Amino acid sequence: MTQIIENVSRRGVLKGVVATGALILAVRALPSMAAGSGLPKYQTGAGAMPHGVVTDPHVFIAIDSAGLVTIVAARAEMGTGAARTSLPMILADELEADWSRVRIVQGEGNEEKYGNQDTDGSRSVRHWLWPMRECGAAMRMMLETAAAARWGVDVSEVEATNHEVVHRSSGRRLGYGALAADAMKLPVPAKETLRFKDPAAFRYIGTGSIPVVDLFDITTGRAMYGQDVRLPGMKYAVIARPPVLNGKLVSFDATEALKVPGVEKVIEVKGWKWPAKFQPLGGVAVIARNTGAAIKGRAALKIVWDDGEHAVYDSDKYREYLMETSRKPGKTVRNEGDIDAAMSKAARVIVGEYYIPHLAHATMEPPCATAVVTADRAEIWAPLQSPGGSREDIAKTLGLPPEKVVVNETLLGGGFGRKSKCDYAQEAALLSKALGGTPVKVIWTREDDLQHGYLHTVAYERIEAAVDQNNKVIGWRHRSVAPTIWSTFMPDPKYQQPLEQSMGLIDVPFDIPNIRCEVGEAPAHTRIGWYRSVYNIPHAFAVQSFVGELAAALGKDQKEMLLELIGPPRIVDPRKSVKELWNYGEPFDSYPIDTGRLARVVELVAEKAGWGRKLPPGHGLGIAVHRSFVSYVATVVEVAVDAKGNLSIPRVDTAIDCGFHVNPERITAQCEGGAVMGLSNAKNCAITFKNGRVQQTNYNTYPVVRISEAPKVTNVYIVPASIDVPPSGVGEPPVPPFAPALCNAIFAATGKRIRSLPIGNQLAT
Amino acid sequence: MITLRVNGQEQSFDGDPSLPLLWYLRDELGLTGSKYGCGEGLCGACTVHLDGQAVRSCTVLMSDAAGKSVVTIEGLDPRGNHPVQRAWRALGVPQCGFCQAGQIMQAAALLATKPNPTDEEINVAMDGNICRCGCYQRIQAAVRMAATGV
Repeated sequence: MTQIIENVSRRGVLKGVVATGALILAVRALPSMAAGSGLPKYQTGAGAMPHGVVTDPHVFIAIDSAGLVTIVAARAEMGTGAARTSLPMILADELEADWSRVRIVQGEGNEEKYGNQDTDGSRSVRHWLWPMRECGAAMRMMLETAAAARWGVDVSEVEATNHEVVHRSSGRRLGYGALAADAMKLPVPAKETLRFKDPAAFRYIGTGSIPVVDLFDITTGRAMYGQDVRLPGMKYAVIARPPVLNGKLVSFDATEALKVPGVEKVIEVKGWKWPAKFQPLGGVAVIARNTGAAIKGRAALKIVWDDGEHAVYDSDKYREYLMETSRKPGKTVRNEGDIDAAMSKAARVIVGEYYIPHLAHATMEPPCATAVVTADRAEIWAPLQSPGGSREDIAKTLGLPPEKVVVNETLLGGGFGRKSKCDYAQEAALLSKALGGTPVKVIWTREDDLQHGYLHTVAYERIEAAVDQNNKVIGWRHRSVAPTIWSTFMPDPKYQQPLEQSMGLIDVPFDIPNIRCEVGEAPAHTRIGWYRSVYNIPHAFAVQSFVGELAAALGKDQKEMLLELIGPPRIVDPRKSVKELWNYGEPFDSYPIDTGRLARVVELVAEKAGWGRKLPPGHGLGIAVHRSFVSYVATVVEVAVDAKGNLSIPRVDTAIDCGFHVNPERITAQCEGGAVMGLSNAKNCAITFKNGRVQQTNYNTYPVVRISEAPKVTNVYIVPASIDVPPSGVGEPPVPPFAPALCNAIFAATGKRIRSLPIGNQLAT
Repeated sequence: MITLRVNGQEQSFDGDPSLPLLWYLRDELGLTGSKYGCGEGLCGACTVHLDGQAVRSCTVLMSDAAGKSVVTIEGLDPRGNHPVQRAWRALGVPQCGFCQAGQIMQAAALLATKPNPTDEEINVAMDGNICRCGCYQRIQAAVRMAATGV
């Protein structure tokens, strides 16, 4: 306690010139604060993201004289609850704010101001837990300093608690509202001097007691999505886009379209030749007084397209091509031991081949955006996963400096990666500009969404295992052939890139001495993009289905086979045998591939699911585990398959180890929803092409799972973790293990092995 | 001229009688709680009550709605406290929330005619309402809660 004898902080505050270092000396000496002091003991990749993180409390917090605390949500809210509930809740907790006196406002797209806003990669909590704590802690300390100054006491004698600062010895209290103006004028304490709350004192973090902030508005229809934006004088537009990638508009006749009541104009929209990142496909826009008129007008357009080179795209033929490619040596991207020697000395070689088709995001809210663009200024309202990045893209397209572009972020009616690409917002901007600044809302119909998206890749996966006389796997060769997302950004490299390979191919965590991973050439013929959990979908489906196949072939239990392959607890570091491992943007030391954690979620889910329990006839259990977005998720699916081959899912159990967790209730929700999306991915959904055109049109031909088909119950188990365990992804990781666990369960129930998705009618008898 | 009642108020429309009701509600009246999700009656995001029946407003033409009474999510309960809305909040049903107005309108119509539905009846009634986030387990539980109070 000797450090506070000088009481410099109080004098400093009274003069209004706080010496930050002195202030800290005082506060650090407080024993009650010691437990929570200190910055995290690990690094994340947050700083390496474009524009990194911002920890200035003035950017994120405002407090008015009535004590209302306003917290800015700067990331995109698409349903995980992370952006508008969990991150502000972290800040509020550290601030000792009363959540009932907190309101959330949505930040505009501006990464210079807010830091990185790109809401994908399941990164929000793992990158922003500490920046939000820092903001909250700094403002709390400023409020304490302001109160101490008001009372003329040392700051060590006061304590912020539940929206007010208390002077311990006298019991005097001042609310945050009364202190706000003074506190805001104080310098922000330096990062090294921040005192954090003891995690035992968290009010909201880790409790799951806070409902999502938009809950009331969602249930009353007041929540504002991109689709709901309305501006005075606004026009509604739908666009006819080239049905084939890189197709060109030859000519169009708008005569009939213009006769439709409510249609006002028909104009051409500029398109970019592929690859063109997030720039629009171009086409013909129908402008109308309401969306219904615009849709009807578009149907009446007569358009001649020149389809171009991608008219050859045919999913049946492409599948044959992928299969043949997977049977030939590809580019080696991970090589350990001697796979050829292992194969030649193997007692048995077991082979599995798997096909996973294109998938569409099919967000309930299709892409949409509203824009007002004049010669020197643009304002956009849209549901964007990357509001800051979109602002930069839109500015570039319009030839404006970014500071002349305002991007207002709405709620997203689902994202899943689709709304990371702002092509639809650029369309709205171009249309408003062409109409001389008239406000324009572009609506994508469901048909547009399915036919002009940025699809999940299509993949063929071939795995061969060399097994010795003792039924031990001694060799593993995995060839993956799938078009790359990089074909969206540059001339098609035609091979999966390290980022894609690192999602379940080259990071395979198995204890096998001879491993070779290869990728095959796969040209892209459509726009390929991120889709919730990305290349983990095909890779995990293949690897985890193949583990089930190995178990069956070797007469072992699925779970035991899986644990045998995972091997003893250790850190698997593929970096010694790959050119580049992408660890979801995180430092490997903070987020290693830990087989102990991987095995633990397997054991946990197996125990909770009653692995091995007796089941009714026609039922089966399947298990799978996968590490993605630096989290570990294991899933057990119970299926029931009736005599006709109808599939139902009586129960799903999922265990997730996502490190320290902030909002367990929303983590549970993500795992429940992840099971449903995993089922949609596996059951009936596929986007297919004929003559370069998508064959699916709407939810009748792209049948995502409905309530009657959904898992009856999904039980979720979250591995407990202290605040010293780095938080990791939640939104995406529940998806990859679902489909292989499902198909392993189907095999257990029926003896039928599903190697090609979707399952469709493969179970029909 | 088409006249109809929307959330208790008389309205008139002089535009295209073949306009789907959804776009009249959203674009002409500004009642954006009912959502567009498919335009073909496949997803249920646009569900409203037409003379008390749950309908997909994207497939109901203005001429079909003439003289009828429409209730949207905005008009379901003056304070947003219909038992279905309360249950939805109690169980934290929504994720992105976009489909939920349609889900709630569908569930409210079900309970109006069948106050105590079985799980199977809930599945049948709610099967036309897609939730891409996959909140089905909670939707099922919330309909049950709205019916039974638990």
